[in-house]
Amino acid sequence: MLRAATDEVIWCRLFWGVDRHNSDRYFSMSLLEHSACELLQLLEEGKTSSVELAQAYLDAIEARDSQIGSFLRVDAEAAIRRAEQIDRRRGKGEQLGKLAGLPVAVKDVLCDRETKTTCASRMLESFRPPYDSTVVAKLKAADAVLIGRTNMDEFAMGGSTENSAFQVTRNPWDLERTPGGSSGGAAACVAGGMAPLSIGTDTGGSIRQPAGLCGVVGMKPTYGRVSRFGLIAFASSLDQVGPLARSTQDAALLLETIAGHDPQDATSLDVAVPKYSATIKQPLKNLRIGIVREHFAEGLDAEVETAVRDAIKVYESLGATVKEISLPHSKYAVATYYVIAPSEASSNLARYDSVHYGYRTDRAAMLKELEEERKELETAGDQAGLNSLDSPLVRMYRQSRAEGFGPEVKRRIMLGAYTLSAGYYDAYYLKALKVRRLIRQDFDAAFEEVDLIASPVTAQPAFKLGAMADDPLSMYLVDLYTVSANLAGLPGISLPCGFSSGGLPIGLQLQAPPLGEETLLRGAYMFEQATDWCRRRPSLER
Amino acid sequence: MALTRKDVEKVSLLARLRLSEAELETLSSELAQIISYIDLLGEVDTEGVEPMAHAVEVSNVFATDEVKPSLDREQALANAPSSNGRGYLVPPVLGS
Amino acid sequence: MDSPYTTVIGLEVHVQLATNSKLFCGCSTQFGAEPNTQTCPVCIGLPGSLPVMNRLAYELSLKTAVALNCEIPEFTKWDRKQYFYPDLPKGYQISQFDLPMSSGGFLEIHDTKDQFEPKRIRITRAHLEEDAGKSVHDEVAGKADSEIDLNRTGTPLLEIVSEPDMRSSAEARAFLDELKLLLLYIGVSDCNMQEGSLRVDANVNLHLETDEGKIATPIVEIKNMNSFRAVERALDYEAARQYRVWQETGQKIGESPKQTRGWDDAEGITLGQRSKEESSDYRYFPDPDLAPVTASPERVHEVKAGLCELPASLRSRLLSEHGLSLYDADVLVNQGRAVVDYFLEVAKQSGDSKSACNWVTQEILRILKDREISIGDFSVSATHLADLLLAVKEEKLPKSRAKDALELMDAKNIEVAEAIEQLGIEQVDESALMTLCQELLDANPKIVADVQAGKQQAVGALIGQAKKKNPNVDPGQVRKICLELAQKD
Ligand SMILES: [Zn+2]
Repeated sequence: MLRAATDEVIWCRLFWGVDRHNSDRYFSMSLLEHSACELLQLLEEGKTSSVELAQAYLDAIEARDSQIGSFLRVDAEAAIRRAEQIDRRRGKGEQLGKLAGLPVAVKDVLCDRETKTTCASRMLESFRPPYDSTVVAKLKAADAVLIGRTNMDEFAMGGSTENSAFQVTRNPWDLERTPGGSSGGAAACVAGGMAPLSIGTDTGGSIRQPAGLCGVVGMKPTYGRVSRFGLIAFASSLDQVGPLARSTQDAALLLETIAGHDPQDATSLDVAVPKYSATIKQPLKNLRIGIVREHFAEGLDAEVETAVRDAIKVYESLGATVKEISLPHSKYAVATYYVIAPSEASSNLARYDSVHYGYRTDRAAMLKELEEERKELETAGDQAGLNSLDSPLVRMYRQSRAEGFGPEVKRRIMLGAYTLSAGYYDAYYLKALKVRRLIRQDFDAAFEEVDLIASPVTAQPAFKLGAMADDPLSMYLVDLYTVSANLAGLPGISLPCGFSSGGLPIGLQLQAPPLGEETLLRGAYMFEQATDWCRRRPSLER
Repeated sequence: MALTRKDVEKVSLLARLRLSEAELETLSSELAQIISYIDLLGEVDTEGVEPMAHAVEVSNVFATDEVKPSLDREQALANAPSSNGRGYLVPPVLGS
Repeated sequence: MDSPYTTVIGLEVHVQLATNSKLFCGCSTQFGAEPNTQTCPVCIGLPGSLPVMNRLAYELSLKTAVALNCEIPEFTKWDRKQYFYPDLPKGYQISQFDLPMSSGGFLEIHDTKDQFEPKRIRITRAHLEEDAGKSVHDEVAGKADSEIDLNRTGTPLLEIVSEPDMRSSAEARAFLDELKLLLLYIGVSDCNMQEGSLRVDANVNLHLETDEGKIATPIVEIKNMNSFRAVERALDYEAARQYRVWQETGQKIGESPKQTRGWDDAEGITLGQRSKEESSDYRYFPDPDLAPVTASPERVHEVKAGLCELPASLRSRLLSEHGLSLYDADVLVNQGRAVVDYFLEVAKQSGDSKSACNWVTQEILRILKDREISIGDFSVSATHLADLLLAVKEEKLPKSRAKDALELMDAKNIEVAEAIEQLGIEQVDESALMTLCQELLDANPKIVADVQAGKQQAVGALIGQAKKKNPNVDPGQVRKICLELAQKD
């Protein structure tokens, strides 16, 4: 398993649907094979240009995304214009940003004043924010070329990207299967070679899980490490923006670009950001890896377990000590999460009331229906029914929200409104906040003994599209390994650690104490260097 | 705690969602199932545990009292489903 | 009073804090702008926007809470109060629920008209929250669309809630007057009711002695009162109304849900308002976007030490140190700190608090009022007024000419000595005055006869004539001398 397959084998399977006899295409495709860090080098050395690079990725999107569906919108002209600008500035010898000329895909949940921001929801189908999120502003300031907006579960609620109101995204490794979610488009576009770097968000695993299922690197930073300003909220105390990339080094580069204190986000941490990309290659000495007793239990797929245990052996071979630890409250993490996240969501999504922005139902039809209901009740002499009949304003809210939100969003709003409502607050919401602290305390105790905790990302490799459509609870349980990091505010990373017999990627999750991103990245890099899983690419030929 | 269809109807008004008969049915059973899973929390001893509302607990975060430019009215109203160029329009707030 | 019931009143006062920008964003709080010109992603509640708390707003609320003798807990947090309304763009108001920034204070009230004994009104809590926007309804309510203006959205408000400790509209009025005065003194709000900087809601019910023992009527919340006078009227109306209703229905507290009624100032009545559906379930929970705030006892102590002298203490100082009546002290203190300082300076430099008080409360306040100016814009300084008082005392300036002198000092911006000179005021010597009076008596034998017949008031006519001949004469003296001379004849 260790670096056995030759590069040639891997490269030959690369990038389906490409006419390799077309030499122009061949060159531009070969650009797609480099890591982001290598591409920066080529740009600096003048071996390629931003325009050439942008065009190569736009071509790749053109060629592949009709099958994958990772992008909701691509503005090729704007991307090329931007790339031209950067090339011009480079030509003039101007000082350029950290990502100068690199294409970056952005999940359609971060506000960008130059494009719509839809959250993959009918509710925001035509919403155009008049401001940039801090992350988008930082990417622009770093001279990245924002190449397109990626698909997601509506309002980031889901783990399969099937909850998008607009399109399905498919796993590049198996088009019948999910790329995971909610940052499914963000993971699929990197796995599919349509963007070297991509931005996702993670509320309960929404970066790490799709990264794991798509065989790319995905990282959720410490809560507060990256500004949430302009990130359309799902669950504010859990949401965090993070990078997806083909390698840990690329992820480090993207993270250090977007991280940092933001006075516009009161929950943002006022702590200096280390230069992750500069230290990532330094191996960790005397590394202590923890494995969690409770993680290797019923429900864990045998192949996933093997891959994760093999990964831990790799660490041992690199000199790390492995220690079994216990997170006694981890079995309550999903239940805790599914109280806190929907509660916050029900509140965060109250703003979509069809008054100030967003979808509004057809007013005439609504009023007509309301009038008919009234007449019916009057005819029937139903006074109670008449008394509880919606006012036009209330009906406008209810009808607009019913039409603007998809089923999963409605389900979570209902769940959250219920757990916060009078009589249930203490039993659910307040109780969950207390269990949350116990979960955090478990981690604090564990990190006294170990530096990193290794675990699966998901219990199974990517499941078939539609497999869990009618079973919301099973869908929620997919988040088993990932939600704790959000509840506790810890950083976590998902990186490829093997493949199932069916050729599906398997992810390894590493977690670190708060603000331990540097350790996390260095630890992940050690594994990546010792194995070749990161270099594997999907093929269309299957 | 058992969740009833009546609860679901009540919450749908609180949350300002209009649900069809079919949705009310499905949601009642789905939410009941989820709630009974969440009831698992009941077995945790949380005596004396402080609630944790934030993932990272910071305090006293302030901004200075300084006027910054507002949006142009046109920009502010640009996303409104209905406006008269001066304000957002909604069906009568008062009235029956 | 022989009223068959006791009126029980608690007040909820919303005060706009004197910040330049809103509570959670940089938009201006300036009153009177065109609709929707003072909004941004944060106060429109646009997706992705986040609140960051205005430090000054917090500090002003802390100052107020300390001035209201509240306890300041070490930990406070902000919660979301959730309800749908078009002027509330986020679908929730950021407010404080179970851990407000202050609680358990009090404010002392008194009445100069002696309608009630001085008393202490307990303050339940004071907390910081954001204001909502404004719905502009069409004239024909219920017909045309409502227009929403979000300029006010996010304006910082301090909600001050009293215990139901007031027993009459006069007490409620006194509480409001005293609260407003306090807020103006500490400079946390302009308290302008017309511009919505101060709003009052009242909770009122009646306690009655009946054959079955003490009972209480259902509590009613009154809204839409646009002046303190309106609050008084509404409370009086509502108490009488509740008594009438009780006589008709016998309904007691708990037998009907809490009702909200709006005050109609033109009609002078309260009207029942449609209760909002499920209005009570606000689903409060801690706002995850905002950090909690901690206030150490040292910090609170610092704020307390930094407070200016409050009206109540100032008032008692005027009583004890300057011997003023409660009425006069009240008049002065109600004018604000600048007028009090002016008075104190005049009193100090003239060494005569009583005259200083008379001059300030009568002459000076009249001038300020007539000219609609503040004491700061009045050209006669406290020192110059004290000089004037001294000149009168030293009889360099007849009392009768003092107002003329003041007018001249004000008009020409001169000191009292110069005014005396310009008015041509000289001391009139005794013999000259005798001569003048004798001349007048000689020319008016009828008056002499009247005086001799016992009609002393007849000399009054001579005083005017004397002043015409010599404006410097002292009327009192003229009167005295004339009487003496007339009786000698
Ligand atoms: Zn604003």
